[in-house]
Amino acid sequence: MAAKVTLQRESLVPFIQILGPDGMANPNDVVELGLKPHDFKALYRWMVLARTFDERALALQRQGRLGTYAPLLGQEAAQVGSAYALKPEDWVFPSYREHAVLAMRGQSWLQLFTYWGGNEEGNRIPEGMRNFMICVPIATQILHATGAAWAAKLKGEKSCAIVYFGDGATSEGDFHEGLNFAGVFKVPVVFFCQNNQYAISVPRTRQTASETLAQKALAYGFEGVQVDGNDVFAVYKVTRDALEKARAGGGPTLIEAVTYRLTHHTTADDWTRYRPAEEVEMWKQKDPIKRLRLYLEKQGLWSEQDEAKLLEEAKAEIAQAVAQYEALPKRDVEDIFKYMYAEMPWNLKEQLQELKDYLAEHGGDLPHE
Amino acid sequence: MPQMTLVQAINDALKTEMRRDPTVIVMGEDVGVNGGVFRATEGLYQEFGPDRAIDTPLAESGIVGTAIGMAINGLKPVAEIQFDGFMAPAFDQIISHAARIRWRSRGRFHVPIVIRVPYGGGIRALEHHSEAPEAYYVHTPGLKVVIPSNPYDAKGLLISAIRDPDPVIFFEPKRLYRAFRQEVPEGDYTVPIGKASLVREGTDVTVITWGAMVRVCLQAIEQLEGISVELIDLRTLKPLDIETVLTSVAKTGRAVIVQEAPRTCSLASELIALINERLLLQLQAPVVRVTGYDTHIPYLTMEQYYLPDAGRVKKGIEKVLSF
Ligand SMILES: Cc1ncc(C[n+]2csc(CCOP(=O)(O)OP(=O)(O)O)c2C)c(N)n1
Ligand SMILES: [Mg+2]
Repeated sequence: MAAKVTLQRESLVPFIQILGPDGMANPNDVVELGLKPHDFKALYRWMVLARTFDERALALQRQGRLGTYAPLLGQEAAQVGSAYALKPEDWVFPSYREHAVLAMRGQSWLQLFTYWGGNEEGNRIPEGMRNFMICVPIATQILHATGAAWAAKLKGEKSCAIVYFGDGATSEGDFHEGLNFAGVFKVPVVFFCQNNQYAISVPRTRQTASETLAQKALAYGFEGVQVDGNDVFAVYKVTRDALEKARAGGGPTLIEAVTYRLTHHTTADDWTRYRPAEEVEMWKQKDPIKRLRLYLEKQGLWSEQDEAKLLEEAKAEIAQAVAQYEALPKRDVEDIFKYMYAEMPWNLKEQLQELKDYLAEHGGDLPHE
Repeated sequence: MPQMTLVQAINDALKTEMRRDPTVIVMGEDVGVNGGVFRATEGLYQEFGPDRAIDTPLAESGIVGTAIGMAINGLKPVAEIQFDGFMAPAFDQIISHAARIRWRSRGRFHVPIVIRVPYGGGIRALEHHSEAPEAYYVHTPGLKVVIPSNPYDAKGLLISAIRDPDPVIFFEPKRLYRAFRQEVPEGDYTVPIGKASLVREGTDVTVITWGAMVRVCLQAIEQLEGISVELIDLRTLKPLDIETVLTSVAKTGRAVIVQEAPRTCSLASELIALINERLLLQLQAPVVRVTGYDTHIPYLTMEQYYLPDAGRVKKGIEKVLSF
């Protein structure tokens, strides 16, 4: 007799949530995090800072004081929770939306404004810091993370790499190649996918017929896990566990943080063209910041006064960065040529001189036309 | 006749061809529901449905590779690559396959696809959104490369590209998308591939350019007094309209080439070689190049120093005249 085959619609990967939208959490799950009240407050502070930065950056762009900007609104927990689990010796490979991650890793808000203001200096990573630069070509950074972590393994270091990318990125060939190499060579890398449900206008269901993104890991021979990306506790937990596993020689993990981009893809986008307002409203109910605040309040760790004070401090911190950003000196055109090679070849020297001569003929800058 | 911007003319060309020929389909990232990030494909999804205005997964190699497969099986895909900088993942499919299939199959198969690409700098965009990569594709045997500089040409050239039996890389200068309007005929007309346009006649010097630089050159020419400039808009970068170029340079004896792409091994380099090979003894001066520099195009606070402006074009013209 033929064996009975049952088709299951159950997910192939676990889905982890600790903190619900109502701010409720199972106390045992929280204890297991190993975090103290000051950690909770630090997580909250980072999320609030990130949102304050985001609001300010959007406003500056609308006023013509910043270039095209990619907001993170709604994705604060995914970023803050994961970055909180990192060690300084770990490598971070961001895409373009990880403002909170970069700030937590020690890059200044000023530096972020500088980048989004269209100044290459914003990409200058402070010496010794293991952050790589903002990556715009989708999914390409995944391979770099695999390589950096692979090198750590080959050199016998205890560091890992984490790479951030979106749901859309999982469709690129580089995603496949990066995960495949990591699986084959058992590389200590964490693939952190922020599934914010859209790649610009294209919904997640148009990227893959796969039930989840996390389960793609199984085909590469390693673990995949889905986590509530708006739950900072759960995100912290799965990232920490994945990093610990990697450090212990257990190889890579793919984390799919299920979250939502609450506003436009970038300031050049208009979300009303491709998704209903009700959907956005529904996700606003799952706001990651509100959730942690409710929890803190319930635990008696947070008051109205604390909130007011934090908001004020966050505003001041960001305002100071804006002031510094807007006071940045005008750069010399040599900056365009300076970093092409270790040593400037003859053609660049000639072209730089050509440009300098041209500007000199017009009183030191471009002629007004 | 309706007045259209360049991006509206592109949109109109797509609609015109899709209405005429049911095998024409549009595919790419955000080209369906959203109508394209520049709105070039606006309304196609509504008029032709999701099977002809196709939102693809985010994968450029996938877009071009599957377009090739569709083309050999009878469809005429117009694939959009969202920005010039993101052609790179599709490069393999373009150069190893699209460009070679007619040759490799001894004419049995061919690839009538169009790859539309918003092109070039000047819109204060992020990194990888302002590139001028035409030289790679002009260099590759088996491809055609087209770049309009105004709405009328954009529509006529795109219709020609869609009807062309070979793969066409169709660069759209994004800084011209909404820069100005022009009368564009309704319905069907073509502008031939392989034919340059003589924008302005003159006798002292020939300026050869394409894309967004056509307007920059016109601006420069208007500022020059007492110099008679002949301006050629190549429109097709490959196959090059060598006859128009040589006829003009033989007449003026002087040439300036203006492009926003980096200088080394660029189309400007090839034009100089062609002119020198055929007209060296008729030249009054070495040909001058006004180009982007051999660096990456800077981020938005500095890109204006990189892109040729009217002042640099004037300087180039003065240089070739004062030799
Ligand atoms: C290779 C490449 N193709 C296209 C783009 C244009 N683009 C920028 S962001 C984006 C969508 C990315 O979606 P996702 O990976 O989900 O990340 P999200 O923006 O949602 O964070 C696209 C298509 C790009 N930057 N790189
Ligand atoms: Mg996304």
